[in-house]
Order: sequence, then C-alpha cells, then structure tokens
Amino acid sequence: MFPGFFEWIWDGGHMLFMGALWYALSIIGMGLTFCLIKSAIETQQGKGSHHGDGHGHH
Amino acid sequence: MDSALIPEGVKRCSFGKFMVFISIVSAVLLWGVYAMLLCWLKGLNQTNMNDYYGFALWIWADLAVIALGGGAFFSGFLKYLVGKDELKNIINYAVLIGFICYSSALLILAIDIGQPLRGWFIFWHANVHSMLTEVAFCLSCYFGVLCIEYIPLVLENRQLNKVPFFHNFAHNLHEIMAVFAATGAFLSFFHQGSLGGVAGVLFGRPFAYREGVFVWPWTFFLFTWSAAAFGPCFTLSLTKLLEKISGKKLVKDNVIELLAKISGWMIFTYTIAKIADTYYWAVVTAPGKGQTLMEFYTGNAFYGIWILVLEVIIGGLIPGLILITNKGRKNKYLLTTAIILACIGVSVNRWVMVLQVMAVPVMPFDTWALYYPSWQEVATTILPVAYGVLLIGISYRYMPIFPQERELNPID
Repeated sequence: MFPGFFEWIWDGGHMLFMGALWYALSIIGMGLTFCLIKSAIETQQGKGSHHGDGHGHH
Repeated sequence: MDSALIPEGVKRCSFGKFMVFISIVSAVLLWGVYAMLLCWLKGLNQTNMNDYYGFALWIWADLAVIALGGGAFFSGFLKYLVGKDELKNIINYAVLIGFICYSSALLILAIDIGQPLRGWFIFWHANVHSMLTEVAFCLSCYFGVLCIEYIPLVLENRQLNKVPFFHNFAHNLHEIMAVFAATGAFLSFFHQGSLGGVAGVLFGRPFAYREGVFVWPWTFFLFTWSAAAFGPCFTLSLTKLLEKISGKKLVKDNVIELLAKISGWMIFTYTIAKIADTYYWAVVTAPGKGQTLMEFYTGNAFYGIWILVLEVIIGGLIPGLILITNKGRKNKYLLTTAIILACIGVSVNRWVMVLQVMAVPVMPFDTWALYYPSWQEVATTILPVAYGVLLIGISYRYMPIFPQERELNPID
C-alpha cells in the first residue's frame, strides 16, 4: 500500500509499518539490481569466460 | 549427463540409487500435495479447526520451522557482521536449511489462509496494528533474502558456473552478501519476535500473557533469542545426519565446535531468562489474572507439568550446559544428544505457545479442549519435511554445499 491509496492514513502505524516494508524491499531490490547490472557489464567485457569448477566463492 | 553436474572432486552415490531415494520421498510429497489441494479446493473444513482452535497443527509446524530455520540468519550474522570467518564452511548448508524452512513456512501459511489467491491482501490491505502483519512482511522479505543467498549456490553448479553471466552474478552476490545478511538479521529479529508477541499480548489467556516493555511482551524477546540460540543446533543436527547418511565427514570439528559453543551460550542464557520469565509469570502474572500455575498443568489427559520440564530443563538447560563445556562439545555422543535435545526443546516451546494456549480453559465453566488433527493436517505438516529432504538431496548432489568436503574426503 502506498500513500495516496484510499486505505492509506497518515499515522505512525502506517508510516512505520509500510515505511519499513518498502525500505527493506528497496535494499533487497537495489542490491539485486546492482548485481545484475554489474554482472551484465562484466560479462560483456569478457570477464568470467574461463574459470574453474564451481568451488569458487565462499 | 548426471555425472557432469556433480561438483568435481567429490563422490556421490549412483544415479539409480539417487532416483530410488527421490521416488520414495516424492511419494510422501505427493500425499502432502493431495491433502493441500483438498484444503484449497474443498476448504478448511478438511481440518479439525474449530471455535477453540483457530490455529491448527500446521501453525505449530510453521512456528517450529521458523525457529529451527533461525540458524540461517544467526550464522549469517556471525559470519558477515561479527566476522566469524570459520563459519564460511557451514554457512551454505545453514542457508539451504533456512531456505527450506522459510519456504515451508510460507507454503503452510498459503494453505492456512484457505484462499491463497488472496495472499497479497495482507500486504496491500495491511492491518498495521497486527503483529501478524509484521510477521507476514518480515517473513516474505526475509524469504527474498534467503533466495538471494541460495541463488549463488545454484549458480555454482559445475555446468551453470560455466556460463559467464551466471559466474559473474554469483560472484557479485557474494561480494555484497553482508548487506543481505544484515537485512536478513534485521528482518528475522522482528518476525521471530512478533511471533512470540502474538502469544504474549493475549491478555484474555493467562497461560500466554506476559508483561513487557512498551508494546513488546517478554515473549517477543524470548522468541528471537530462542531462534538465534536453537536454530544453529538444527543446522548442526542436519549436518550430523547428512554425514551419517553419506558416510563422510563434511565439516571440520573446529567449525562444528565453534557454532556449538556460540549456540550453547545462547541457549544457556536464554534458559536463565526463560526460567526467570516463567517464575514471574507463575507467581505474579497468572495469579493476577485469576489462575494458578498448576491449573495449566492438571485436569486433562495430556498436558502435565512434564511438558514444562521437557521444554525448559531437558530441552533447554541440559543442552545448554553440555554445549558450553569443552568436554561436552568434544564428546560426539554428548554433542549429538545436546543438539537433538535443543531442537526438541524449541519445538516443544512453540507447541506450548500455539496449542496449549488454546487448550487451557479460561472461564470457570470451561473445560480443557484437546486438539486432534485430521489426516489432511498431518499430511500437509509432513509435506514440508518431504520437500526439505528432497531439496537437501538434490542440493547436496549437484551443488558445492560443503567447501571442506574435497579436503576431508580425497578421491584417489
């Protein structure tokens, strides 16, 4: 639910709950988008074309 | 084809044997899916839920798997935020178990709401005064985090990792995993706590009701604490089980002992807090609400004082004491006993806070109401277990879950 939606009320409960939800989703979404874009650029630059067997990163 | 997918340098059973295992577990899974479809197509009349029990057997399973899956967020917190680098050797498995537990929890909720197509209502038409809304928000977001933590494992499969984009993507996810781990720890703190808060705010039910700080009853903090304390024990139990089944050592002892030690101190301190909470509730809170301690444990065919002893002493204090001692952790029988008892202890705690709460009479004319689940509830509760076994089997076979496996089990 966003501000402006007919059920929205400008009170502490809505701002805290919905704010925290969108904040968490934004961090997850931005992190994922950053990784996707960086990976696409690196792939275009030819990075990661020759590598090992899948015991890479931990 | 199959052997090309298995990580290099490790040995797995034959494909035929693996398929027999998959078939058996899938049969159990299909039984659960059939029961789930019955609940969706015919409705919740397939369960034995009634006016006493708005929460069925599967809600206990839901809370139990969320607590047991707490090993993922707490191990991630310890590795990425506290800097316990040794845990990198078990974190993949903790993430896999967390992923299974949380996807199971969401599946159970999808069955429980009866109308899964309306599942999104809780996000869009949110009741911001409900602790369960907070649980739904945090649970869903944290499941997203677990997916992000699980994706690199899948992409590190021997064949998938040959695709440059997948290789780069897995690498980049690892690079910023601390951000996701911190988000996961934050989300877990709140949803684990709110699950406890749901019981603690029931002022009409003295068995569950607790005082607390501001809007949070003590159960809020006890639930978060217990998930962080007992979750790693579930990770360790399943590691030991997989080692037994595969006949191989998968994680070095120092890693196991480190996680067991941290878990042990968490369990021990949690149990002290739980005993203090129980004492205050027994002598102040419950009498203040008109009931005595023994009224909660007498007058029925099932719930006796034994369940309190099982939860707090046998499933809390004893494993805590074993795990905080060096001797206890080094003795493999004591270690195994402690981690199993701990898993039982936290599961009993969730049982008590979900089902016993509703069984206890609260009115003078009321009687105990024991709960007998229908076969559909039993099947849908077993469904996540079968799903978990299946996913662990597939993940272990095709993904590099245990970084130390090659070193511990060299192939000539």
